[in-house]
Amino acid sequence: MSWGDDAQAVLLTLKLAFVVTALLLALGTPLAWWLAHTHSRWKAPLSALVALPLVLPPTVLGFYLLMLMGPHGIVGRATQALGIGLLPFSFAGLVVASMLYSLPFVVQPIQTAFEAIGARPLEAAATLRAGPWERFVHVALPLARRGVITAAVLGFAHTVGEFGVVLMIGGNIPGATRVISTQLYNHVEAIEYPQAHRLAAILLVFSFTVLLGVYRLRPQGTLVGAPADGAPRA
Amino acid sequence: MISATLRLPRGAFTLDVALDLPAHGTSALFGPSGCGKTTLLRCLAGLERAPGGRVVVDGEVWQDEAAGVFVPVHRRAVGVVFQEASLFEHLDVRANVQFGWKRLAPAQRRVSIEQVVEWTGIGALMSRPATGLSGGERQRVAIARALAVSPRLLLMDEPLAALDAARKAEILPAIERLGELPGITIVYVSHAIAEVARLADHVVLMEAGRAVAAGPVGELLSRLDLPLPPGEDAGVVLLGEVGALDAPWHLARLDVPGASFWTRDPALPVGHPIRLRVLARDVSLSLAEQPGSSIANQVPAVVEAVADDTHPSQVLVRLRTQGGTSALLARVTRRSAQALALAPGLAVWAMVKSVALLD
Repeated sequence: MSWGDDAQAVLLTLKLAFVVTALLLALGTPLAWWLAHTHSRWKAPLSALVALPLVLPPTVLGFYLLMLMGPHGIVGRATQALGIGLLPFSFAGLVVASMLYSLPFVVQPIQTAFEAIGARPLEAAATLRAGPWERFVHVALPLARRGVITAAVLGFAHTVGEFGVVLMIGGNIPGATRVISTQLYNHVEAIEYPQAHRLAAILLVFSFTVLLGVYRLRPQGTLVGAPADGAPRA
Repeated sequence: MISATLRLPRGAFTLDVALDLPAHGTSALFGPSGCGKTTLLRCLAGLERAPGGRVVVDGEVWQDEAAGVFVPVHRRAVGVVFQEASLFEHLDVRANVQFGWKRLAPAQRRVSIEQVVEWTGIGALMSRPATGLSGGERQRVAIARALAVSPRLLLMDEPLAALDAARKAEILPAIERLGELPGITIVYVSHAIAEVARLADHVVLMEAGRAVAAGPVGELLSRLDLPLPPGEDAGVVLLGEVGALDAPWHLARLDVPGASFWTRDPALPVGHPIRLRVLARDVSLSLAEQPGSSIANQVPAVVEAVADDTHPSQVLVRLRTQGGTSALLARVTRRSAQALALAPGLAVWAMVKSVALLD
């Protein structure tokens, strides 16, 4: 195997991580907003569902997704009926699986940030003629910006680092689903340790740098439970 | 005129009020903590929705559940100043002040940013981040921000409660001046009698979710039948003007309806409106004028009512000045009350040892 294959895997991984992060921010932010403000009885079950990938072996998630998105699964039938075809062993399938896999890493920091803002700044904005959408865009989002940045960075890094889900749902197809972690696995299988070293080192340095950045952003907090900038001061 | 009929159950009490507030000046919602003042204010703002409630401001219906009307907060001509300033910490002072102003249609802007900055004295703060202000500065910015939306109704929820005495003294004059602005009604929530005495034209006394009494400040604070703060704080507020000056002696005569008081020259011109607070503990009674006394302020009055004070040795006496236009309170011992045979209708002289000029 050549450096060209490795480079292809790196590029594919970055593309996957960018697409997944962008989609997750777009879908995860409203979900986080809802979770932060709802009093619905569905809050607890939905929160648990969102957090599942934190504790579930990725292979379990990958297995169920494979079943759902396969030719006999509900999602698989739907995608076929819509003319999209089957998602497993495609880049699109990898995106869907990665989104579920990285969901808690995006939703939880944003939700925590929204919760820390509290009701008061939004009430103040309402008394200053700002409608619901303006309150969200011009008050809630800016005050939660560190939570959003943390979410984006963690979602990106976590997607870069996934392995089990990729293997279950995407296989190992060069240029379509072969990412850094699966390429690394291939090198080890082929006893190509120098190449394995190179990829492993890239992931290690990348992950450390990302986490360093996150902690620099907010020195006194835990990884996921990010306080918002707008948290009321004592 | 602001009319509100609101009923909203709240854990410890049920807010249950039917109010009419005058369209001009400052109305105070006054009462102990937890009596429902803040809840009432939030209902007026639209931050809380009382089922079946009705709120009408100058003929404009903000809430009428019977007709299915509930104008959301951001469409009401309202400004709110919360107890904590609640500034937007991601913005600087200027952006905070402009936040609501720039959301108004130009035709709705009755004040400019420059005007509100001047009223509140925050010119030097405009470029500072909202996080870099002292408590008093933050509250000034919050007031400026609320005024900038040209509110018809300015709601203030204990805006001074979180400040120390020095900061309070600094901001009170600014709030006082707001009451003189045309076309704006202020509803001011407080549990501090000193703030109410200083700011309010109209007072609504609240207790356990209900409005137990309402009226002009001078009348309401002199009533003996209400759960008003007893003891050292009992007293009346009188509105009048500077009547005359005695320059050689550095004295001024302050005229209120039915009475005049000589006091230290406050350096105000004759005719300037004034607000006085006369505490019951500073008023004693005599059956006749006392020419040989150092007390210069002796006001003829008629006893209207006598009621128990907090300590069994004392009573509070409500007096009416000549012409029946102003009320005074006096605190005397029960023994003196008996010795003077104080009873409604008795003509007396109120010996006023001191008056406090509130502005």
